[in-house]
Amino acid sequence: MLKDITLGQFFPGKTPAHRLDPRTKIVLTFVYIIALFFVHSFTGYAFVAVTLLAAMRVSRVKPRAMINGLRPLVLLIAITAFINAFFTAGDDVIFRIGFLRMTWDGLRRAAFMLLRVVFLVCGSFLLTYTTAPLAITDGLERLLSPLEKLRFPAHDLAMIMSIALRFIPTLIGEADKIVSAQRARGASFDTGSIVQRAKALLPLLIPLFVSALTRATELATAMECRCYNGGDGRTRLHELHFTRLDAAAALLGTVFVAVIAVMSRLRWLV
Amino acid sequence: MSAVDMLRTEKLVSSFSNGGEGSVEVLHGIDLAIEKGSFVAVLGHNGSGKSTLARHFNAIALPAGGHVYVKGMDTLDQELVMEIRRTVGLVFQNPDNQIVASVVEDDVAFAPENLGLPSAEIRERVDEALRAVGMYEFKDRAPHLLSGGQKQRVAIAGILAMRPECIVLDEPTAMLDPSGRREVLEAVHRLCRESGMTVVLITHHMSEAIPADRVIVLSDGELVMDGTPAEVFARVDELRALGLAVPETTELIYELNAEGFSLPLGALTTDECAAAIAAALKGN
Repeated sequence: MLKDITLGQFFPGKTPAHRLDPRTKIVLTFVYIIALFFVHSFTGYAFVAVTLLAAMRVSRVKPRAMINGLRPLVLLIAITAFINAFFTAGDDVIFRIGFLRMTWDGLRRAAFMLLRVVFLVCGSFLLTYTTAPLAITDGLERLLSPLEKLRFPAHDLAMIMSIALRFIPTLIGEADKIVSAQRARGASFDTGSIVQRAKALLPLLIPLFVSALTRATELATAMECRCYNGGDGRTRLHELHFTRLDAAAALLGTVFVAVIAVMSRLRWLV
Repeated sequence: MSAVDMLRTEKLVSSFSNGGEGSVEVLHGIDLAIEKGSFVAVLGHNGSGKSTLARHFNAIALPAGGHVYVKGMDTLDQELVMEIRRTVGLVFQNPDNQIVASVVEDDVAFAPENLGLPSAEIRERVDEALRAVGMYEFKDRAPHLLSGGQKQRVAIAGILAMRPECIVLDEPTAMLDPSGRREVLEAVHRLCRESGMTVVLITHHMSEAIPADRVIVLSDGELVMDGTPAEVFARVDELRALGLAVPETTELIYELNAEGFSLPLGALTTDECAAAIAAALKGN
């Protein structure tokens, strides 16, 4: 039952978006997210939509994958839109039901909020769909490494993340085994009240924790045996290299930011 | 004892605190020298101290008394720890808990990355190590999708990438099925024969000790037997008294001898054993 969990949503491929250096993609995603907050017109959002669709085309990400990704967020987006639509102050009331009243201002704000969340989520999906989790970890480590001078543990964080990624399938397999073992002895995980079900999870979680701690101890020893001594002086098998592709992407990113900046100044845009 | 000894212990005492006031002594003064290029099997039942001994060979555990020397380097010398670990590689029982990365080649690269080698040299070492254990075709796979024997071979490659002079394997086959066991042992034997590496194989499978140059038996933290496989396994009664089984071939010959045959106890491999029995039957 637990085996079906897919981790991350990376779709392997060889498109230019896949070949970009992870650092470029992380920075671009970050810039894109910040830029979204400077969009104040529907024309602006149309421009963002065009950019996003173009990026999806280049990276061969199917719209269906995006929609699937958005599905769990529908409720959150709906609630946000609802609150914005009905609780924004304004005089140009469209209609009212009891104490609820919808204003044009509210409707506009709700639409903006909705677009912003959707574009934000889609943009970050584009990063995770085209970049392997380890590449993201690696990119983050490199990007944050200047902060090591300020004692920010960039290497340690990246190592923790990559080991966590490595052990998730192992621990899922183990959880599966424990569930089977408990079932074989009559335990039930899917009947009874919520409290009973939560209680039934204890005999699963305790052995899982104990084993995770044992594994951690053994792994630490094995890492020491392989001369691990923290991030100092460590080199990498796969060096990250910026290519012309990254330069092109950076240029496009700059153009995108420039357009958004100009648009946010044009007050007359709808 | 000469200067060429790969590993040497002098009156090695090992103990760990038992949480309370005292400490438990696991090894009581072991004197041992392992020659460069030899293949040594260490036998003993659970709790005999054989895993603890392995941990002393690369300064993961430090002596409570006596000394351990790796090519003459004292493991108690803090300065030498990295040099010692680079010289003696240690492989453990559970391959799942030794593999660090989510891709086979990234895992094998872990040690050379820690050594700060340039990327081209890491590439060369990773390929070489994976070929040595026959896992080169799997370099882009995810370790959790491999079989136990394959995972353990990746773990061995991870050590080989340091280019150690000695490899100590602590029950590397204990968690594997018979085919995984065979894969791992074949890889280990090949290393020993082809690259002249010093191999210390810690095991409780008697049959795994047969191809060794030398067999050492530990019991309750003492070194009780030391000799060639033929010499050690000929001491059937003593081994049984220590709670150790003898290899099946030795067992068969021993039982036959009890029935009046006089077969050599040194016929350890299946072929030698079969030949000895055939010769005896023809003689009759």
